Amino acid sequence: MTESDANPMDPAEAPPGHTHGRDLFSKFDALIAERDTLLDTGVRDPFGLVMEKVLSPTLAIVKGKETILLGTYNYMGMTFDPDVIEAGKQALDDFGSGTTGSRVLNGTYQGHMEVEEALKDFYGTAHAMVFSTGYQANLGLMSTLAGKEDYIILDADSHASIYDGCKLGDAQIVRFRHNNVEDLDKRLGRLPAEGGRLVVLEGVYSMLGDIAPLKEMVEVSKRHGAMVVVDEAHGMGFFGPNGRGVFEEAGVEDQVDFVVGTFSKSVGTVGGFVVSNHPKFGVLRLVCRPYVFTASLPPSVVATAATSIRKLKYAGNKRQHLWENSRRLHKGLRDLGFDLATPEAQSAIIAILLPDQDTTVRMWQALLEAGVYVNMARPPATPAGMYLLRCSLCADHSAEQVTQILAMFEGAGKATGVLG
Amino acid sequence: MTDREETFAKVVQLIEPFNKKDVELTDSTTFAGDLEWDSLIVMDFVASVEDEFDILITMNMQAEIETVGQLVDSVEELRNDG
Repeated sequence: MTESDANPMDPAEAPPGHTHGRDLFSKFDALIAERDTLLDTGVRDPFGLVMEKVLSPTLAIVKGKETILLGTYNYMGMTFDPDVIEAGKQALDDFGSGTTGSRVLNGTYQGHMEVEEALKDFYGTAHAMVFSTGYQANLGLMSTLAGKEDYIILDADSHASIYDGCKLGDAQIVRFRHNNVEDLDKRLGRLPAEGGRLVVLEGVYSMLGDIAPLKEMVEVSKRHGAMVVVDEAHGMGFFGPNGRGVFEEAGVEDQVDFVVGTFSKSVGTVGGFVVSNHPKFGVLRLVCRPYVFTASLPPSVVATAATSIRKLKYAGNKRQHLWENSRRLHKGLRDLGFDLATPEAQSAIIAILLPDQDTTVRMWQALLEAGVYVNMARPPATPAGMYLLRCSLCADHSAEQVTQILAMFEGAGKATGVLG
Repeated sequence: MTDREETFAKVVQLIEPFNKKDVELTDSTTFAGDLEWDSLIVMDFVASVEDEFDILITMNMQAEIETVGQLVDSVEELRNDG
C-alpha cells in the first residue's frame, strides 16, 4: 500500500499507542450481539426480506416461492391499478424522471399542483401541502407550528415521525397515556394559560391496529383551546363515507385543524401531506424546513398519487371488501386461539401478541415458508415491550386468499407450539 | 418534615412499584444507571408523579433529570410555580 492509499480515518492505520476516541459504533454492540445470536440459530432475517418479483398488490415471489403479501399497508390495492400505472408512465414521458429540486425552487411542476388539487377535493379543505414522505410531513408540522413558548400534547404511542418532529422543534412536549381521554383532559388542564397548544392524535395506531376515541379526544382538546392534528396514515381510504379517515367516521371534521397523511399506504406510492382550512396555512411553504430543504417528489410519483386519490374517493366497493377481509381474518384467528391485540377488527391491521422474540421469529418464518408474509414488530417500535406479528389486509385479497391465510396460520401455530 | 423531605418521601413511594431490584433510594440514585429503567417505565412513572402532585413534567425537563434528587427538586419548583 502506498502512502496515498492510506485512509487517515482508518484506526488500523494509526500508529500503535495512539489514543483515539471510543469507536462510535460501540453503543450498538448489544444490538449487534442480539441479532447475531438470533440469526445464528438459522432463522431468516425478519428485517431483511427481499421480494424478487411483485405480481400484484397481494402476491410476490420471495426466494422463488409465490407468497401472499399480508404486511404491506397496501390497503386499497392501488399499486397495480391500470389508470394509476398509465398516469405514471405518461408523466415520465412528459416531465422526465425527477425534478432535481426543492418545491420552492425548481421542484414544483404541474403534477405537484394537480395532486394538491386532488387532495383538496378528497378532503374538502381549502389547503393542501405535499411533502416528499409522510415522515417529513410530521417532521415539518411538529417542528414548525409549535414554538418555544408553545406546548405539543401527544399520545405516548405516537409514531416515531411525530416524536422526531418534536425533537427537531423547540416546543414544550407533554405526553398522555395512550388513547386515554381523562389523562389528556388532566394534562391540558395543567397547562399554563399562556402559550399555544397543539394536540397530536392518530386515527389508527399502527402497531396494535387500534383506533383513537377521536370524538371524545377532539372535544376535550377544543374545550381547552388547543389546535388538533390527526395523522390518518393508516385510516385514509377506508374510514368514513368518503374514505377520509377515522376523523370523518367520528364526525369531527369541522373540529380538526390539520390532517396529516401519506401516499405510501392506501394511495400506493410515496409522499406525505397536510391538509387544512386555516387561512394562514400557506405560509408553511416558506418556513417549514423539511418542505423547503429537500427535493420534491418525481413527476411520475405525483401523477400516480393524483390518479389514485381521485379513484379512492369513489372506491366504496373496495372499502367494503377490505372491511369484510379484516373482520373475517380477525374472527378466524381468534377462533383458532391466537391472542389478538384488539377484541374485534378496528382497522385493516390485525396484530397477534406473542410471548417472546424467539417464538415470534419462529412463527414468522413458519408462515413465510407456508407462503404468507406478515410483519414482525418488536420493542422499541411496539408499546409495552410487546412482540407482535402484524397483518395488514388489502381490498384485493380474495375470499379464497383469506381462507388460505387462515389455514397457513393454523399450520404454523401448531408447528411452533403457539397453538396448543 | 420539611416540604422537600415530604416530597422526597412521596417520590420514593411512587418509585417502589418500579424498583424491582430493591435499589436503595437516595438523592444521588440515578434512574437509568442504578434503577436500570427503560423509556417505557419512565413514561409510566412520570405520569404517576404528574398525577400525584398535579403538575406537568415536560419531556424537555425529563431530559435534564437524571437522579432522584433532581426530580424532587423539580417537583418542588413546579409546585411552587403553580
